[in-house]
Formats: sequence, structure tokens, C-alpha cells
Amino acid sequence: MMNWRRAAIGIAIALPVIGLLAYGMTLDPTARPSTMPGRPAPEFALRVMDSAPPDTARLSDQLGRVVVLNFWASWCIPCRVEHPELALASSKYQARGVKFFGVLYDDSEANGRSWIREVGGQGYPALIDERSRTAIDYGLYGVPETFIIDQQGRVVQKHIGPITADQLSAIIDPLLAGTPQERAPAPDTMQAPDAS
Amino acid sequence: MIRILGLSACIAALAIASYGVVAAAVGVRRRDAALVRSARSAAYTNFALMAVANLAMVYGLVTHDFSIDYVAQVGSRATPLYFTIISLWSSLEGSILFWGLVLSFYTALAVWITRGKLGALGAYANAAMLGVGVFFYLLLVGPANPWGLVSPAPMDGPGPNPLLQNHWLMGVHPPLLYLGYVGMTVPFGFAVGALLSGRLDDTWLRVTHRWTVAAWGLLSLAIVAGMWWSYEVLGWGGWWAWDPVENASFMPWLTATAFMHSAMVQERRGLLRVWNMSLIIATFVLTILGTFLTRSGIISSVHAFSEGPIGMYFLAFIAVVLVVSLALVAGRSSELRSDGHLDNMVSRETVFLVNNLLLTAFTFTVLLGTMFPLVAEALRGEKVSVGAPFFNQMTLPICVLLLFLIGVGPMLPWRVANMDEFKRRTRIPALALVVTLVVALTLGLRDVWGLIAFSFAAWSGAANIQEFAHGTAARRRAGGGRWLPSLAGLIRSNPQRYGGYIAHLGLITTAIGMTGSSVLQSDILATVRPGESIELSGYTVRFDELWADNQSHRFAVGADLTVLIANREVGRMDPRLNFYAGRDEPIMTPSVRSRPHKDLYVNLSAFEQDGSSATLHVIVEPLVVWIWIGSFIVAFGALVSLVGGRRTRTVSPIRRGAPVEQAV
Repeated sequence: MMNWRRAAIGIAIALPVIGLLAYGMTLDPTARPSTMPGRPAPEFALRVMDSAPPDTARLSDQLGRVVVLNFWASWCIPCRVEHPELALASSKYQARGVKFFGVLYDDSEANGRSWIREVGGQGYPALIDERSRTAIDYGLYGVPETFIIDQQGRVVQKHIGPITADQLSAIIDPLLAGTPQERAPAPDTMQAPDAS
Repeated sequence: MIRILGLSACIAALAIASYGVVAAAVGVRRRDAALVRSARSAAYTNFALMAVANLAMVYGLVTHDFSIDYVAQVGSRATPLYFTIISLWSSLEGSILFWGLVLSFYTALAVWITRGKLGALGAYANAAMLGVGVFFYLLLVGPANPWGLVSPAPMDGPGPNPLLQNHWLMGVHPPLLYLGYVGMTVPFGFAVGALLSGRLDDTWLRVTHRWTVAAWGLLSLAIVAGMWWSYEVLGWGGWWAWDPVENASFMPWLTATAFMHSAMVQERRGLLRVWNMSLIIATFVLTILGTFLTRSGIISSVHAFSEGPIGMYFLAFIAVVLVVSLALVAGRSSELRSDGHLDNMVSRETVFLVNNLLLTAFTFTVLLGTMFPLVAEALRGEKVSVGAPFFNQMTLPICVLLLFLIGVGPMLPWRVANMDEFKRRTRIPALALVVTLVVALTLGLRDVWGLIAFSFAAWSGAANIQEFAHGTAARRRAGGGRWLPSLAGLIRSNPQRYGGYIAHLGLITTAIGMTGSSVLQSDILATVRPGESIELSGYTVRFDELWADNQSHRFAVGADLTVLIANREVGRMDPRLNFYAGRDEPIMTPSVRSRPHKDLYVNLSAFEQDGSSATLHVIVEPLVVWIWIGSFIVAFGALVSLVGGRRTRTVSPIRRGAPVEQAV
């Protein structure tokens, strides 16, 4: 026959272990302080897709402007989700001098082109990142990832996963209003599990 | 279409497994044989369903059906067929799907073999195994559903993780690991069956003996395949890093090793019954814990899968398993009391006890080191990491003691040893120990752990070989004949025992390889210009030129090297650096030249873009190849003890009145 008092002792032994694991679930072991926010954004010089005459986009040319740098790919499903939000934000902010770039990541130019056609245009330059050198410079973990760079060429925030227009506004508006960004660098924001 | 087929199979598996659990339990209570039989049919049906689901996924992967969520995640038209097929387990959902297949196969096989023989115990065991199945099928229908619809379907996908698609061993390590891991579910299921049915004699042990050996052998191979992969792919010249997930695969191996020995003590002497129950439950829980650690993102590791709500499911499952099994063992502990006692300190069972204590201490050390960051953060809010030095310092003494005991056990008889006989038997092993020590010292080895490990390996190797030699000689004396047939006859006469000794020899071989490659390793890091050479322990490595290659998924830079021994060209090597998009750091692909006595291992650490110089890390690792060879010997030993013929040997009934059945 089962001895229920002893059984209760057995259960009592199990509980702290379960508690510890449950506590572990609340932590994020991959959360390491990003080296990016607050630091100067790495310079890039990337060919603009389908530009005539051939044009090269440089970060250094954009000093004094807020830059939104979005890494995407045609095979990336969350990028598709994110696209309308980015289109909305870019149409709102490009008129106010904010520069948007979409960097095609680990994908062929032809795939990228047909993707843009499929989603009804991108509304801002698509950049070709040969050999993913720029992605490496920016320490990309996956796509989509979005970097918001301030007028002084510093990374204000790195956003992992699909971003929304509201989230972009919350970051861009203070920059445009000239609010000093002296506060502690914000940690990386994370939306959804990455799809890299 | 194929998506709907796969999804339906998973949903059906969940429903049928749930039915099976209930049917088995209710069937036993009501003594309804038809209901119990239908629960067995549920186990068979589940295997068929999981086979369908897995084939559907492989079909989807091979035909690049990117409308299936999982295929869109891990598939790519650029990936070679082999890596496309094995991407079945390269990501979370697929690995759970494959797990479901292995689990349903084991369950069906175990149920079929024991059908109608074990009464309530068998029915409850079936319920327990199906219950584990319910959990995995639930994952497949819920948080790890690979069958989601992607619409519109993308034209192409990103392909599997680059680390997982540059070595053939990735097709071997994960399935072996699953076969080993999941195999531990069967002994666990029968242990729970015994606890629930109250049939607490040795039946469950004897029934599951072969399962444990098979799962253990596969797990051994899997762990070493993982080491091999890490050695060949990761480029740091080592094979074990005490990474949390490596530890997670190692802990159940340790407890299963302990269990195989202590189970013999129970079978032969009726001792350690609570202990054995606890060990097999611990083994199973550790396999689930290991999976939880990889899949939940609770601990940072190179093995981490993407995260998601799946962690909560695993946590709930671990909680249920822990609470139910600990309550069962504790509640039945008075009935599990041993009916024998230790007769003498110098006997095989004593050695097994010490072996069990050491293996348990080993498991606790590894568990402590793995979980410590979590405990520290829970109690003190600090982020700490426990590195390899902790594990090495804590476990090395245990390792060498175990290495020594591998030789002692076989030389001691059960119950009481005749001391004169024991001393006579230790002569040759002791001689081997001393000779090895003297030779190693003469050759200039000064590392204390190295000296101890090599000498103990010699001792244990001699002791185990001696068992074969004595047995074979005795058979030759009795029946005449030649050596080889006599040896084969000896092994056939008791495959479990001699298979075990073969596994011992394999472990000793592995230990020698590990000691050699860590203690005798030499390395040099140097920057050279084209035409210049690096010399290290007899090898001359000449740097010829640097090349670059822009491939579809990566950009590779490599160095062409010529290897010379005594000014004679013996081969070429080409270590590379691969730059994958989206990774901060390039991935090193080392070039390895393996020979029985030593490996030459070269890494390209850095280079000048104009090709004017390269920085090479040249490592010479003696004996490393014996780690892999040892694992094959271990697996062969497990195989021998499994299929080496039926055990016809009759054991003299040691416990009076307790007939010892031997058939498994």
C-alpha cells in the first residue's frame, strides 16, 4: 500500500526544484548589454538597388538627419508582417527629414526586387549588402532588425523583430524634438522570436 | 495537402495516446482485458501515425513546400539534399516531431514484446509511456506545431543554421542522441508501472535491462559524436566545453551507467531496490531536463533553439513527472526495502556501490555547475557563469577513481572475495600500472593527472583483458580448440558480462585518448608570410597561399598549407574562415590530419586582406582519435551484451527461495 505521508515528503522534495526552474523561466539568459546603443553607428557605403545612374548610399552623407536602417529579406516572414508599418512610418517621417533605408540581407537582388513588387513598393531606397559586410558590422542576429541612428550618427536603439509605426514614432519624435539623448542607452527591444 | 496530412496525424496521435492512457488505467482497475488490449493497440497506432507525420515532413522538406511553416523556417533550395533531409531535426518543431517518432516506436516495441505477459505492470507501463507521448504530441499540436500555413508561400527559405550544415556528423549526432535519450523512457515507464501496480519485485528490471543497455550504448555514441563534431567543426581544438547542453546529455549517461551496475546488484543480491527506482527516474527526468534546457532558453548555450512558450509546457511536464514519481517512490519505499544485505566489504557489490556513489557525486557536480548560475541569480541576483575550470577540477579526481574501479570490479567475485585469489589476480594489472608509470616518467611526462590516468588505464585495461584471457584459456583447457573460437564461445556463454567488459575496454580507450589529447597537447600561434613555415613536434607546416571564395551562403577565406615531416611532403591542408551573413564573427573551419598516434590540427586565425600573411594556430593532439574509436568499442560492447545470444547460463540461486529468472 502507498504510504501517503512518505509520498508527501517526496512531493516536498520536488517542489524547490520546480520553483527554481520556474524562476529560471522568468529570466532571459541571452539578454546581454548590447554594445550598440549610444555608440557611433558603423559607416556603410552600399549600392542602391535599381538606381539610375548607379548610386551609393553612405551613412556619413546623412549626418544631421535621423536614419532608420532596416534589415530585411524576401524569405523572412516577419519582414512581410512589418512592411506596412514601416511604409506608414516612412511616409509620415520622410517628409520631416528622416531617412529610411532597407538593407537586403542574405538574399539575391532578383528575389528582393520581386518581393518589393509583390508588397506594393517600399517607398525608400533598398540597399544591396554584398557579402553581408554591413550586417556583420552591425552585429545582426537575424531579420528583421531595425537600427535608429540619431543626427550625430549614434545608434539610439536596436530593435529585434518586426517593429511597428508606433514604436518608431516613440523613438523618432523625441529625436526630432531635439530632446537630448543623454539618458542611459535603452536596452535592445525585442518583439518576437527572431526568424533568422 | 501534405501539411493537412501531417497535422491530422499529430492530432490523431494526441487523441489516441490520451485514450490509451485512460484505457490502460481503467482497464486494470476494472480487470477489463479488452480495454487493456485496446490501450496496446493505441501504442501501435501511434507509431504508425508518427511515421506518417515524419514522412510527410521529410516529403515537404525535399519538395521545398514553403507553405509549411517549418519548411519555410529551415528549408532552402540551395541546401544539398542530405542537409535538407536532416533539417528535420535542425530546429525546434522538427526535433519534437522526430522525438515523437522515436518515442512512439519504442513504446510500440516495448508493448509488443511484453504483451500479455506482465498484467497490471505492463498495462501501467504502457500508460506511463503513452502519457509521456501525450506530452510530446501536445507540443506538436500546440506550441511546437510545425504544420502552420504560410500564405503566400515564400519562394525560398533561409536554410538551416550554418553550423548545422557543414559536417556530415550532424546527420548522426542528433538522431543518436534522441534514440538514446528517448530509450530511457522505457525503463522509466516500467518502473512507474511497477510502482503503480505494486508489483515491486525485479520483474521491471529484468524486462527493461536490454532497453537500458541499448539506450545507454546509443547515448554513449551520441555524446562522442557530439564531441567529434565539435572537434571537427568549431575550431578550438577541443572536444568538450562543459556547455550546459553537453552536460545535459552527459548527466543521464552517468546515472544510466550507475543504474546498469546497481541493477545487477539488485538482480543478484536483492539490494538497492529504492535506489534503482530513484536512479532510473532520475535518468528520465534528466533527459527531459536536458531537453527543457535546450528548448526553453533558460540557460545560455551554443545549442539553444529558438525560444517560445514551449518552456512553460516542459516545466509543467517536469513538475508532473517529479511530483508523481517522487511521491510513488517515497510512498512505496517501505515495500521496496532490500531483502538482502552486504556480506563482505571486499566483493563486487561493494565496488558497484562505490561506483554508484562516485557516479552520483559526478552527476551532482555537473548538475550543480550547470544550474549554479540559475541558483545564484535566484538567491543573490547575480549573474555568474561556471566555466570549464570548475568542472575539470571537481570531476578529474572522480574520473580517475572510476577509471581505477573499472579494473577492480571484474576481478572481484560476488558476495565474498577470497583474498589470496584476489591478490593473485591483481598481479598482472599492478605490473602494467607500474610499468606504464615508469615508462611515462622516463619519456618525460610530469603532469600528475596524466601519470595517474595513464597508469590507471593500464591497470584497468590489463584487468579486463585478463578476464578474457583467463576465461578463454579455461575453455581451451576444457574443450581443446583454438584461441579465437574459445574466445567467441566465452563471450557467447555470458554476453551480458563480457559485453560489459568490452564496454569497459572502450571506455578505457576513450580515457586514454582524452588524457593524451589534453595532457600531451602542444600548440603554437604564429603569423607567417607565403613560403614560410611553422614547426611543431616533428611537423613542418608551410604556408603557400591565401585564397578567397564567394559562395552562395557564405564568403570563405582559406589558406593552402603543405605538411612536411623531415623535409618530405606528406600532405596538404586548407583551414578556412567562413563569413556567414548575420554573424558577428567568422566561423573557423579547421583542417585536421588524423593519425593513430597524433592529430595535426590547423586553424586560420587571421589574415591580411592582400594575402601577404596569415596567422595560423597549429595544434598537435596526441591520441585524440582513440576517443572516437573507444566509443565504437563501447557501442560494440553494448551490442554484444544485447544480441550475443540468449543467456543460457543458470545462476545458482543466491537467495534461497527466490528463483532467479534469467530470460529477458
